[in-house]
Amino acid sequence: MTTRPGTKRKSRLQFSKIVNSVPISLALYFTVILGIIWLAYSGAQAMGYNWQWYRIPQYFYTLTDDGFQWGEIMIGLVKTIQLSVTSFIFATLLGLLIALLRLSGLVVGGAIAIAFLEFVRNMPILVLLYLFYYVLGPVFSLDRYTASVLCLAVFHAALISEIFRAGINAVPKGQWEGATSIGMSKAQAYRYIILPQSIKFMLPPMTGEVVHLVKSSAIVSVIAVAELTTIGRNLISDTYMSFEIWFTIAAVYMVITLALSIGVSRLETKYAVRT
Amino acid sequence: MNSGEMISVSNVDKFYGSFQALTDINLTVEKGERVVICGPSGSGKSTLIRCFNGLEFHDSGSITVDGIEVEEGSKALKTLRQEVGMVFQQFNLFPHLTILENLTIGPIRVQKIQKAEAEERARKYLERVHIPEQADKFPAQLSGGQQQRVAIARSLCMETRIMLFDEPTSALDPEMINEVLDVMVELADTGITMVCVTHEMGFARKVADKMVFMEAGRILEISEPDKFFTNPDSPRCKLFLSQILEH
Ligand SMILES: Nc1ncnc2c1ncn2[C@@H]1O[C@H](COP(=O)(O)OP(=O)(O)O)[C@@H](O)[C@H]1O
Ligand SMILES: [Mg+2]
Repeated sequence: MTTRPGTKRKSRLQFSKIVNSVPISLALYFTVILGIIWLAYSGAQAMGYNWQWYRIPQYFYTLTDDGFQWGEIMIGLVKTIQLSVTSFIFATLLGLLIALLRLSGLVVGGAIAIAFLEFVRNMPILVLLYLFYYVLGPVFSLDRYTASVLCLAVFHAALISEIFRAGINAVPKGQWEGATSIGMSKAQAYRYIILPQSIKFMLPPMTGEVVHLVKSSAIVSVIAVAELTTIGRNLISDTYMSFEIWFTIAAVYMVITLALSIGVSRLETKYAVRT
Repeated sequence: MNSGEMISVSNVDKFYGSFQALTDINLTVEKGERVVICGPSGSGKSTLIRCFNGLEFHDSGSITVDGIEVEEGSKALKTLRQEVGMVFQQFNLFPHLTILENLTIGPIRVQKIQKAEAEERARKYLERVHIPEQADKFPAQLSGGQQQRVAIARSLCMETRIMLFDEPTSALDPEMINEVLDVMVELADTGITMVCVTHEMGFARKVADKMVFMEAGRILEISEPDKFFTNPDSPRCKLFLSQILEH
């Protein structure tokens, strides 16, 4: 009776240890990936699908007598990155503003922030995009690209403001007291003491948010902004190679988001040194 | 002793919600005077001294510090906080800055003095607290006693006229208490006005000009150390002293 739970616990521990070891996780990972590829491939075979992978590289780049030229996928990728970076900058600024409003203790500021958060939280991003493009677009003469940037910025600002708020609240209260006791104003305390320390709390969820933003930027293909997903759709309507193109587009998204995650985990180690 | 009042507290009440943390507090601290406040945990000692530099605000009565009326939202608060240094139980050093940066950030950002001058000043005060060699380390790399001495130096760097200590040795391992108390005794000899919340009665005997005993948000005893330790008027104070002097 007394030994049983112990042995059970031990064997479970060993199991998770084995599953988490690097070679085993890599093997599992590739088995799953291969499984998916095999499923798609056999499904395509069953449909009698005609694979034409050899036609894909030209959409990345072409090397002809005219010289080197980027292909359409690369142009779409650049647009996606440009769209994501611009939106992210605006989302971060707006998110910081909303977070500070909520933390300000001002009744009006808090109310504005909460109204904004509730509005965005309860709105599908697609509807938000239509609002910006079809309603605010004509009113303020916004082009597709600007409407897309604003939509993504507003949508993600809501999520980012929560990350800022949590990060700021995670800094111990004593830091405020230390800063105040040497005569710092609230703004100085934020700038020199609180925000620099909250970075380490904000980096992990922020990475998730950037990845999320890159992925949700695909939504703007519905108003035909020429980013990666739109390019994919256009290429398919020209070539009918839906399997090859969608696999390729998916891989390109994965490359961006994985690169981001790896880059940020480097940053995390840099900011995590001292506690 | 220099003449003149540095801190003057009259009829102060303070509430946290409906809980009354301070009741009818009256106290004066002269220029250059060293006052030690003691009393059981939760008696309002921290609350009282935090009202001196506007970390908390009293609800009624008045507090004047170096001629400045302490009031929530007052423009003079910034000036006030540059007159009053504070050392906390938990040090509250800035962990993302080096020791030198911890000491210079106030002078540079608040007092707007040149970096070189601020660093010179910081090294002077690090010398004063006997850790000049730690300037380029981060707080987490120092022992508790060293961190608390850095915190004292950080306050000194603001060249304040008043220093508040809130149980500066309570979070320290016993072997580090004396290194901090020694620095505080040296500081007391410089003529700065000091208000210390502490239960270190040896220190109190050595430096205090005036002892204050608080319980349940009230001041029950204010007297000279001689009288305080031998024959206080308040029976509660006598009981408290007998309890803490036992060990
Ligand atoms: N921010 C606060 N909110 C509510 N109650 C508080 C707060 N700070 C202190 N108190 C209460 O006020 C009383 C006095 O606290 P404090 O001044 O910290 O006592 P001491 O420093 O003498 O131990 C305690 O009962 C404490 O629980
Ligand atoms: Mg206390």
